[in-house]
Amino acid sequence: MIMGRRRFLQNISRAAGGAALYGIGLGLYSQQATSLPAQSLRPPGVANESDFLSACVRCGLCVRDCPYDTLKLSKLGDDVALGTPYFDARKIPCEMCEDIPCVKACPTGALDPELTNIDDARMGLAVLIDQEACIAFQGLRCEVCFNVCPLANKAISLNRTHNQRTGKHALIVPVVHSDACTGCGKCEHACILEEAAIKVLPAKLAKGELGDHYRLGWQEKQKAGKSLVTPDLPHQYNLPEGAAYDYEGEGLIPAPKNNKKEVIDSPFNKSAIDRLNEGLK
Amino acid sequence: MSVSTTSLKTPGLESVKKKTWLHAHKWLLLRRFSQIFILSLFLLGSVTGIWLVKGNMSSSLTLDVLSLTDPFVFIQSLLSGHIAETTAIVGALIVLGFYALVGGRVYCSWVCPINIVTDTADWFYRKLNIKSPVHFSKNNRYALLAAIAVATPVSGIMLWELVNPVTMLQRELVFSMGFSWLLVLAIFIVDAFISRRTWCGRFCPMGAFYSLLGRFSLIRVNALNRNACNDCMDCYVVCPEPQVIKPVLKKGDDLNSVILAGNCTNCGRCIDVCSEDVFSLGIRSAKFSDIAK
Repeated sequence: MIMGRRRFLQNISRAAGGAALYGIGLGLYSQQATSLPAQSLRPPGVANESDFLSACVRCGLCVRDCPYDTLKLSKLGDDVALGTPYFDARKIPCEMCEDIPCVKACPTGALDPELTNIDDARMGLAVLIDQEACIAFQGLRCEVCFNVCPLANKAISLNRTHNQRTGKHALIVPVVHSDACTGCGKCEHACILEEAAIKVLPAKLAKGELGDHYRLGWQEKQKAGKSLVTPDLPHQYNLPEGAAYDYEGEGLIPAPKNNKKEVIDSPFNKSAIDRLNEGLK
Repeated sequence: MSVSTTSLKTPGLESVKKKTWLHAHKWLLLRRFSQIFILSLFLLGSVTGIWLVKGNMSSSLTLDVLSLTDPFVFIQSLLSGHIAETTAIVGALIVLGFYALVGGRVYCSWVCPINIVTDTADWFYRKLNIKSPVHFSKNNRYALLAAIAVATPVSGIMLWELVNPVTMLQRELVFSMGFSWLLVLAIFIVDAFISRRTWCGRFCPMGAFYSLLGRFSLIRVNALNRNACNDCMDCYVVCPEPQVIKPVLKKGDDLNSVILAGNCTNCGRCIDVCSEDVFSLGIRSAKFSDIAK
């Protein structure tokens, strides 16, 4: 009986030890195996990678129903978590089908069935990642990314600025807006460079984020309906007596007679004021 | 009782002589047909463009109506914290019910493509007369299954599906082949040259899961005709889980002669190789006493 109990305990501890070893091994491996490379994008309806990896059963039904062969299943040896669907925008971008067949095909809800308008998809975010290479920034007309964008003028707009190199021409450069970009990757696919200057990245990589403690004064003012700091007073300048600013602060005029300002003793060098006084005479 | 001698190399010789080759390989051929047929259903669409079955064995859609989901994969998803859509739940319940009825490890021997690899490996092992230098416990797979059951909810992702060679091989066969063939080759090498019946019989947690699922299944192999047994041992040689045969071949009137162990894959190979027709496929309530009277 004692031998039996010892044997039992031995078996139990051996099994527990084995299970623990396997668990540790799997856990460690998963750390590596689940990191998603930046150029690999998920199909529409994936909110976050870790939720997706618990929901996707790797059946490939989304891949089968993708009419443009955009989606692929990750194979052993690929960088993407084994067996899960992804696409590489530079190769084949998402065509943003209106009926979203990939999401409809998903049996588990790994691709969120609540996504019914493809414009709401957030597969990533286009970033004009290399302004040095983008020919629009060299002053050439390109605008290909803007023209292929399914949400042109919303997700990508053209911004006209001064061409400092020539001094007389305009730069017409694409600007991405994160509130509208779905990350379909058509811009990256169409970019005429050898290596795309505009790339779709996972939003997590592409987006900056202001610290929670940070407040933008003008937004707070708008929310509160009034200034939250000392009320704005007319600026007090150390101007010579009888002078006032005009032209929105860009020029000096003789001060209006009826609106006499209090003269403040200036801590600054008198000679500068002397010079101003001379100018007024 | 005539006791014929057998060796690891040539089990079932006696049976072939007595029943013809075709009869002595009936269940084996049926299983191979089933395995290849199911796989080709998935492949048919990508080859011909006629989609009868879409997806793969993890989850599939047949004729655009019948949605089936593998319960092992489904439960992993559940454990990792995802409540699936109804489609997957219903699909998993159908498959779960089916295997609970016909025997869990029917999946292993009649569906899983890895089984073809490991059966072939075992054929090599026997022909080459290799003696295992390494030996893993048959319970090893349950330890792995337990590890998965704990590590999946802890990590919040389907850990095992990152490495599962079973779902990996059939997925890459149906979609496009990556390096899963290397992993399968490794399984073959281990099974054929290093340690006998190691993957399916000692490691595969999917097999362990289906063993538990089929624990109370209705369809069972029995040895109702065990009085005819001539102790040739051929069934032990070909059986992928020989420990399940032992209890039913013990002589004695009141013993149950139905193989009740969940590890039995219902492959029917024992029926094939037995020249005395000791084994047959039936339902679990069949008792030795039924024909012993």
